Amino acid sequence: MKPRPFDYVRPDTVEEAVALLAEYGDDARVLAGGQSLIAMLNLRLIEAAVLIDISRLAELDALRDEGDTIEIGAAVTQNKLMAWPGLGQKLPLLAAALPFVGHFQTRNKGTVCGSIAHADPSSELPLALAVLGGEVVLRSQRGERALAAGEFQKDMLTTARAPDELIVAVRFPVMAGSGAAFREVARRHGDFAIVAVAAVVEEGGAVRLGVGGMAGRPMVRRIEGDVAAAVGEWAEQLEGYEDLHATPELRRDLFRNLAPLAIAEARKCAA
Amino acid sequence: MRRVNRNEKARVSLTLNGRKLSAEAEPRMLLSDFLRQALGATGTHVGCEHGICGACTVLIDGIAVRSCLTLAVQVEGREVTTVESLAAADGTLNPLQQAFRNNHALQCGFCTPGILMSFTDYLTRNPHATTAEIRDVLSGHLCRCTGYAGIVAAVDEVVGGG
Repeated sequence: MKPRPFDYVRPDTVEEAVALLAEYGDDARVLAGGQSLIAMLNLRLIEAAVLIDISRLAELDALRDEGDTIEIGAAVTQNKLMAWPGLGQKLPLLAAALPFVGHFQTRNKGTVCGSIAHADPSSELPLALAVLGGEVVLRSQRGERALAAGEFQKDMLTTARAPDELIVAVRFPVMAGSGAAFREVARRHGDFAIVAVAAVVEEGGAVRLGVGGMAGRPMVRRIEGDVAAAVGEWAEQLEGYEDLHATPELRRDLFRNLAPLAIAEARKCAA
Repeated sequence: MRRVNRNEKARVSLTLNGRKLSAEAEPRMLLSDFLRQALGATGTHVGCEHGICGACTVLIDGIAVRSCLTLAVQVEGREVTTVESLAAADGTLNPLQQAFRNNHALQCGFCTPGILMSFTDYLTRNPHATTAEIRDVLSGHLCRCTGYAGIVAAVDEVVGGG
């Protein structure tokens, strides 16, 4: 299908983009890669009065190594991050997760920040941000603030972004030297996951485990001791949800099976 | 700042397969429709219109993307390359196209333009792609004749692996 009519605005600076958001608020949608937004517009699942195209803003197309964190601007594509030479060393969880994000052709245009802004409960990048304890940088005419991943993503496709705020970047903490692993089950490679798990080994051997597809947003818990027991207990507490692809029971079952594999793989990387 | 209101048409200038062209588009016009309807370049096929099937894949500044998930107004000043650019003026197929013919890598041909454009980008970046890498890139396309084995064999032949 074709989208309903909308106005198109391409600002030349972030200041102009933020001024447009102050003017239009909820009537506007920010267009970066468009790999979810334009699909939803085409299907008429959503409509917008105005699209604000930030994809050409050079100041947002930057990947900055700040030492402790890697800051990724809102126009940086998923394939640009995947091709960054420091990725495997500094963000090994993202190196493992990015190949599961859509396909080569959609990663060429889809942005890292866009996926996090979209806030699908089973998608890979919001899960990685939550497990690593990263943050989202929001700017408006009122100023700039950074929200922790857990404060940013509220529920299914719902975030704490105010209508006048632009996501200008996300920050991932660098994790040097510890193991990380990512696993997911999807009907076909490149589809949204039914269940996705991410595991990161902490100093001292405990694991930070994150799961997508079991609640309205990624959930994170520290796992120590008997992995199977800890995962089994958590699986019962997570409510899961039913959609076309899976029942809550199937999701729980997938989670119980995937999580120990990811934890073992992360521990092996750390050793 | 560029602004186009919903009922206005903007003149969009671009380079299509090496030729400078321009035509008018409303903001909501998709690049896939702009190519076919405004510019008459019907080699690019339109399947699902939500980014899943890959039939409409074209290159923008050399990068393979879904033209159905791009607005026509977004390619202002850009270089767009479509399947029409691949064969020589006298109709001689390029090596990728010839390999598709050699390996029976198409039946109905609907998905073929997009697949050719994906690999035109990918093989430029990774000219010695492995079969596993080729299959991964191909996973971004649907072929309903299910001719995937022939397509993998064709790209394998191009990289010298098959």
